[in-house]
Amino acid sequence: MNSHIDDDLLARYAGISESLPDAAVWGVEVHLDSCSGCRSRLGEVVHPGTAAMVARVGGELTGSLPAMVPYRRFGVVRRWSTWSLLPRLMVSVGALVAALLLEVVNPHYPSPVLLIAPVVPLFGVAAACSRRDDPAWELVAASPRGGALMVLRRTVTVLAALLPVLAVVGWAVGTSVALWLLPCLTVTSATIALGSLLGVRRAAGVVAAAWVAVVTAPAMLTHQLPDVLDADKAPVWAMTGLVLAALAWTRAEAFQRLASRN
Amino acid sequence: MVRSLSESELRPTTWEHAVQAHGLQVRAGRHLAVTGLDLRIGVGVHGLLGPNGAGKTTLMRALATVLRPAAGSLNLLGRPAHERRADLRPIRRMMGYLPQEFGYYPKFTVHEFVEYTAWLKEVPTADITVAAERAIARVGLTERAGSKLKQLSGGMLRRAGVAQAIVNDPALLLLDEPTVGLDPEQRLTFRELLRDLGADTCVLVSTHLVEDVVASCTDVVIVHAGRVVWQGTPAELAERGGTGDPGDSAAERGYAAVIRQARREAGA
Repeated sequence: MNSHIDDDLLARYAGISESLPDAAVWGVEVHLDSCSGCRSRLGEVVHPGTAAMVARVGGELTGSLPAMVPYRRFGVVRRWSTWSLLPRLMVSVGALVAALLLEVVNPHYPSPVLLIAPVVPLFGVAAACSRRDDPAWELVAASPRGGALMVLRRTVTVLAALLPVLAVVGWAVGTSVALWLLPCLTVTSATIALGSLLGVRRAAGVVAAAWVAVVTAPAMLTHQLPDVLDADKAPVWAMTGLVLAALAWTRAEAFQRLASRN
Repeated sequence: MVRSLSESELRPTTWEHAVQAHGLQVRAGRHLAVTGLDLRIGVGVHGLLGPNGAGKTTLMRALATVLRPAAGSLNLLGRPAHERRADLRPIRRMMGYLPQEFGYYPKFTVHEFVEYTAWLKEVPTADITVAAERAIARVGLTERAGSKLKQLSGGMLRRAGVAQAIVNDPALLLLDEPTVGLDPEQRLTFRELLRDLGADTCVLVSTHLVEDVVASCTDVVIVHAGRVVWQGTPAELAERGGTGDPGDSAAERGYAAVIRQARREAGA
């Protein structure tokens, strides 16, 4: 029997009106076996006496349990973050404020805010998938929501928390958003892509060190902003970022297990 | 309205053994801790015994799909779990795991923590609160459900750990040292819970307490140096022991005899 059971037949099966012949009962049960929709409809039409009895027994059972108050505060925050991200985010904000002060004190130097802004989120991203920073890492790693999705989730959290701060600090020193936003996103996707090989924590260290070597250190020595931060390099940053993000996507299954390098 | 069973609750199982390992090798760091292990277990409570360093925890981690086996095949709940590109999510949805080092967020209450793990395991949003309450009630922590985890004693933490493991009604339940820190009365209650769970679930309990295994397990697996050296019922284990073996009970003497023989064979 493939078609769904109509209300009349279901009511007769439930024993409300006249009873069904055995052959028809058998047909109804074969269908109920495979159709959850009709089963839930059966739940609605059971004999009022039966429904009352189920309700009474259920009420007595739940009534005999000690009352438990569901605690729903911060539910969304908990799913998108862990407590271990918080200190790292605060250190990142501190670093940005320090760079801001440095720039206010010494405005002729290449902007320190611009020099560190793209790599500031990496300090938080490093904790996205790490057994050292997440006390429940083994539970998370063994759960269906663990793996690449959890890494992405926490990376998005870090970016969502820091990008507004970066925007405010950048605005305060008069730096254009376009200059640091694309390098920031590209550097983050580079960390995730490299993280599938080395572990995210180590990858964040490698990428940040590379940034310091290629951008920050030469800028400090020559007192000039490096070419890679020019406004006309934006398409290059965007392309690199997209390629790295695609690479990270193809290697997503590497995050399924938590190896010792994480 | 009367609640009806959903499709997934009624679906018959398509596997004979929840865990099926053949020639399994697993690394713990650089050290090969599980060396060619063959294991087949189905519904029931299985006790995993072995001396320290026998590879119990590494085996549990591999079965929990946290570690990828270095070699051999591993089928969990009828699906391959050893391949690099294996899709582990369907397995993980039906699995419960209590790690040996049970890390937790100290600021979470018991109820929040169990709800969070229910969400991690993709329990439908509408069922999370009820599932968490039920799991907490089953381990007897209802009165402390509102307490922060950092305020709990060691035994209560262990029970909170068991609650998070069973919150999704798993078909495969892996408990690594669940009885650590439980007082004798709690241990008795816990054995009852194990027997209850083992009626329709494959439960694997790693422990070093032979008494726990004898009291609550239908089956005993003894590992030594990364391999299964003996598998049988607790009664068969008790028969293995002779009067010359150390131990206070027949099962302990049997365990000592199995381990001594394994050591002798490894040395030979």
